[in-house]
Amino acid sequence: MTAAISADGIRQRYGDVQAVDGVSLTVEAGEFYGILGPNGAGKTTTMEILEGVRKPDEGRVELLGMAPWPRNPKLLPRIGVQFQASAFFRKLTARETIRTFASFYGVGPKRADAMLERVGLTDKAEVMTDQMSGGQAQRLSIACALAHDPEIVFLDEPTTGLDPQARRNLWDLLRDINNEGRTVVLTTHYLDEAEVLCDRVSIMDHGKILHTGAPATLIREIDDTVRISVASGQLTVERARDLLTAAGADIATLEDDSVSLSVSTRLPAPVLSVLAEQNALRGLEVRGATLEDVFLQLTGREYRA
Amino acid sequence: MTASTSTEPKVPAQRGGSGGGASAERERVSAFWSLSRAMLLGMKRDRTATFFILLFPLVFLVFFGSLGKGSSSPHAKVAQVGAVKLFDSMQGGDRAGLDQVLTITRTDDEAATLEKVRKGDYDAMIKQGPDGEVELRFSAADTVRAGAVQGVLGSVVQSANQKATGQPPAYVLDAQQVEDKSLKSIQFLTPGLLGWAVATGAVFGAALTLVGWRKSKVLRRLRLAPVSAGTVVSSRILVSLLTALLQTTVFLVVATNFFGLKLTGNWWLVIPLVACATLAFMSIGLLAGSVAKTEEAANGISQIIVLPMSFLSGAFFPMDGAPGWLKTVSEVMPLRYLVQASQSVLTRGGGVMDALPTMGGLLLFAAVLTGIAWKLFKWEDA
Repeated sequence: MTAAISADGIRQRYGDVQAVDGVSLTVEAGEFYGILGPNGAGKTTTMEILEGVRKPDEGRVELLGMAPWPRNPKLLPRIGVQFQASAFFRKLTARETIRTFASFYGVGPKRADAMLERVGLTDKAEVMTDQMSGGQAQRLSIACALAHDPEIVFLDEPTTGLDPQARRNLWDLLRDINNEGRTVVLTTHYLDEAEVLCDRVSIMDHGKILHTGAPATLIREIDDTVRISVASGQLTVERARDLLTAAGADIATLEDDSVSLSVSTRLPAPVLSVLAEQNALRGLEVRGATLEDVFLQLTGREYRA
Repeated sequence: MTASTSTEPKVPAQRGGSGGGASAERERVSAFWSLSRAMLLGMKRDRTATFFILLFPLVFLVFFGSLGKGSSSPHAKVAQVGAVKLFDSMQGGDRAGLDQVLTITRTDDEAATLEKVRKGDYDAMIKQGPDGEVELRFSAADTVRAGAVQGVLGSVVQSANQKATGQPPAYVLDAQQVEDKSLKSIQFLTPGLLGWAVATGAVFGAALTLVGWRKSKVLRRLRLAPVSAGTVVSSRILVSLLTALLQTTVFLVVATNFFGLKLTGNWWLVIPLVACATLAFMSIGLLAGSVAKTEEAANGISQIIVLPMSFLSGAFFPMDGAPGWLKTVSEVMPLRYLVQASQSVLTRGGGVMDALPTMGGLLLFAAVLTGIAWKLFKWEDA
């Protein structure tokens, strides 16, 4: 069975900037695949090359066993692309918008209306697209990408700028799309989103894929330290260091930001027992590694959403 | 967490036929119509666009049309002091004829009236003494009117004298106006302003649509959908043609009904002429839209082309007196040919042979510019 998407050594340069620097990836049919990285990492350019709207300087791409560049009308009905910006015709309602886009694929108004229902926009069908909220516009954009029942769906930062409630609603929709058997490729700013949705994630920076794997595997693979924190003022940093060293605890970091006293360690047990002996457990929090820690370790820089 | 299900592949669900099983023919047709419909609806709902395409040129027509109406009859205002037997004794038809050229106001205060003539409130003052002498005092502010008043009164006095002799007149002047088509400004203005309106609508429409679509990524959506470039281009052409024909209809209806435009025999030839010209103007817009990166730039480039083209086309004033190099500039712009040919068929009784060469030239112009635009065309900004 051929992979849904395979890319081999793609490179793209804009002037002095090497936007994509030798990316190779394979996405299996039915997989939910995420590309995670900060702004300017090359995620969007990579997506555009995969979709076939951009010709890479070097490298080879295949979607469903076909090359997406040059424009391949046989392939187009089998892929659906959701856009970062709201790329709609001017002064049309939601219903008119999706019906127009559906017609390009020979899809009739009934199915278009059904998609509107599917993304929960039936009651907004007569609203002009420029009057819709960010979340509604994103859902409409996704509905437009799905109207022709594509096998591969590309989603470029679908939840950027949405409030937490709208984000969670959209996550449910995206999971459903994937559960129907569609291959989904998602770029995102948000680590939690990648962690919750994706089967596999590629972490990208400076045009290169740094690491690929299931989120849980990635987290387990890094040297996982546990971060333990309690409310400030129960124990000074100096006293804590003395006690912990005496107890033989292995401390990676120890700091007090005047809100909490935090300790990072690979061995939580001795740290917790020292804190318990000192009766300094008020506001206790124990947090394992997250994708953010993975990101930090791979890119060596703070995550900039 | 769902993510912990790791890499085990999901089973793709069974789905009916991959991606729209409709026949290619039906697909093309429905995409064409729905794309045209989307553009027309968007345009109809955009009040600014409607204003600039339809109302703005119409405002010009009304403005120029009304100006023309006023200047065609130099009506003079005359103040009559006291009784003037010469006028008062005139009967029926003679009196009505006099009122057509002069507005006569009765006053009593001679000094005040003379002051008003000095100020230009009246064109002339008239007074008759008891001995029959008629005094005329006229203002030199408007020499044409002053001449007209003198002429009219001179002939009134002459004919009164002649009547007083009791003899029939030896010579009778039979004067009738010859309908001179070139003089009536509406006959000249309507084809010109119509051409200007069509040019503005088609150039800006094509340029702004192209840049707007590229910027909003609608162009990318079209590229990612299985619609052919031909479908997209032809539906845009349809929209521009419908716009131009609507402009033509409104212009001709308003000009004939309200400003006395008289159409000559083959006026319908303006329809194919406007259609060919629309293609030529669209090609200018496509070129501007292919080069420009932003709407502002597209607007500017279109303006740089449309404005000189309009002024040099003879749409607003005749180019007969223009210097040679300006004439040359106007000769490479398509609007001039549309204006000349539609003046010919709309108001000068021109026929098919007056329109055909122009139509051919406009289509050739459109083909060449579209070819260049095609070469410069970009799907994406970067």
